[in-house]
Amino acid sequence: MSVARIDAKQGGRWLGAYVLVYLVFLYLPVLLIPLFSFNDSIQAAFPLQGFTFEWYKTLSGNSALSGALVNSLVIGAIAATGATLCGITVSYMDLFGRSPLAATISAIARLPILIPGVIIGISLLILVNLIGFGPSRTAIVLGHILVALPTTVVIMKSRFAAIPKTIREAALDLGASDWTTFRRVMLPLSLPAIVSAFMLAFLTSFDEFIVAFFLAGTEPTLPLYIWSQLRFPKSLPTVMALGTAILAVSFVIAAIAEILRHRGLAAVRRPVPANLSKPEETERGELQWHST
Amino acid sequence: MSTIVARQPLPESRSSTGFRLAMLLPGGLVTFFLILFALGLVVFLALRSNDGSLLGAGFTFANFITVASDPLYWTVTLRSLAIAGLVTLATVVTAYPVAYYLAFHAGRRRGLLLFLVTLPFWTSYLLRVFAWKIVLAYNGVLNSALIESGIWSEPTLAFLNTPAAVVVTLAHAYAPFAILPIYVALDTIPKSLLEVASDLGARPFTSFRRVVLPNSMPGVLAAALVVFVPTVGDYVTPALVGGPASTMIGSLIQAQFGKANDWPFGAALAVAVMLVILAVVLVVRSADRRFGSRI
Repeated sequence: MSVARIDAKQGGRWLGAYVLVYLVFLYLPVLLIPLFSFNDSIQAAFPLQGFTFEWYKTLSGNSALSGALVNSLVIGAIAATGATLCGITVSYMDLFGRSPLAATISAIARLPILIPGVIIGISLLILVNLIGFGPSRTAIVLGHILVALPTTVVIMKSRFAAIPKTIREAALDLGASDWTTFRRVMLPLSLPAIVSAFMLAFLTSFDEFIVAFFLAGTEPTLPLYIWSQLRFPKSLPTVMALGTAILAVSFVIAAIAEILRHRGLAAVRRPVPANLSKPEETERGELQWHST
Repeated sequence: MSTIVARQPLPESRSSTGFRLAMLLPGGLVTFFLILFALGLVVFLALRSNDGSLLGAGFTFANFITVASDPLYWTVTLRSLAIAGLVTLATVVTAYPVAYYLAFHAGRRRGLLLFLVTLPFWTSYLLRVFAWKIVLAYNGVLNSALIESGIWSEPTLAFLNTPAAVVVTLAHAYAPFAILPIYVALDTIPKSLLEVASDLGARPFTSFRRVVLPNSMPGVLAAALVVFVPTVGDYVTPALVGGPASTMIGSLIQAQFGKANDWPFGAALAVAVMLVILAVVLVVRSADRRFGSRI
């Protein structure tokens, strides 16, 4: 027994070292981009030359770039709203709707994870041409809703499933309608997950290239702009400066989304009756739920 | 928690039709219109001949016959399968120990480590591929580091524009996809099962092989699937770091919808890819069922 435990401890140390190496493999290539974005040379190679902000300066005042940035932000915001709305309703109906249709919709909504981006891209390209509006920002929004949908459905489903069933049943038994229960009980309870799903859907859209490539009209998104710049060796340092900014923003958004998701789950795990048993908290007819 | 209550089904009148309709509408529109109908269009178009119009003309199997009979498409399809298979194998094998550490050894660092391994997943895929181009290029980081450190005297062209570059880049890009499902599967194995194995005299490796590995197979298969599917259709990585010798089927589809402008044929290639993926999914599901019954 004790021998086994020592073995396990040593195994753990080796595994820990392996995980460190793995993290280096994961991060080292990505961290080269910020490193070379401050390097005073067109070539991304060692040894490093002087330190410079030159490439960041060329970023400002570039109208093609700022146009692409605005496109990405607008498309990301709309697509994330759409994907989150679908994620909420699809997973809610899947869990509480008790209908085969809701279960079918939920199953199909998670399907895009089994479709390569190139195929999502061409299928929507055919569709939007058939409808008549063709490649455009709207087309990219539709594509990005599809790409983000499995994520939002999974996040919202696990969140709704984590809320004790009794809370919803209590609300319904107390005479609240489906709408009221959904809007004043279930939505506030899952708010951190909703924000997290929205942010992750936004990031998915903001970074997505493969689908957008087929659906872009005359106005590229940021990844499409980067793609167009990759052909010119002279613009690579600027791409790295831009990439550094994108990495920084993505890291921050992902971190906030992660914190919110955990905070949400932690709030659910807290003993429920402690809050619900106090009548003064429900005197205004709504369930107060503080997820701090 | 274990209160026994005679559950009455909630009266039907409470679930208003308006509520159900409003809640089913967004997801229903997206799934049936954007997913099912759009995929149906791809299949429809694949069965048409190209006359330059949007939906082609006349029904024909000619596109599929070309896909099936031209050795070029066999070569590229088999290459895509080989590359995607290698990427999947490499990703899953390297990710497993990380997931194992997270599930059994990480302790209080688990949350932070989980965050660290999933973080790259949320950063630009294009930038991650581009980073590997910087590493592998002739004037790149790997060559310059090797020369600086005196290991090599001449830069080599052997890194970039090879199938190996595609495999490494994709294995890096999809690594976080593999860790999560395996971790989830490992985390659900009851610790008592391992204690039982050890009490019954199993050595650590035996209990890993006979208890942990089979029980984590559903996660391994899920990981394999979520790595394989986007990889097999990828066209960005082959274009950036692969060179002509690693053209994959995604690149061919993209070319048909771009330069070649033969949408029906591109659609037929897409259907072929979906059939390949369907076959893989069916194999994985049957394997999943076999492992599922052992738990």
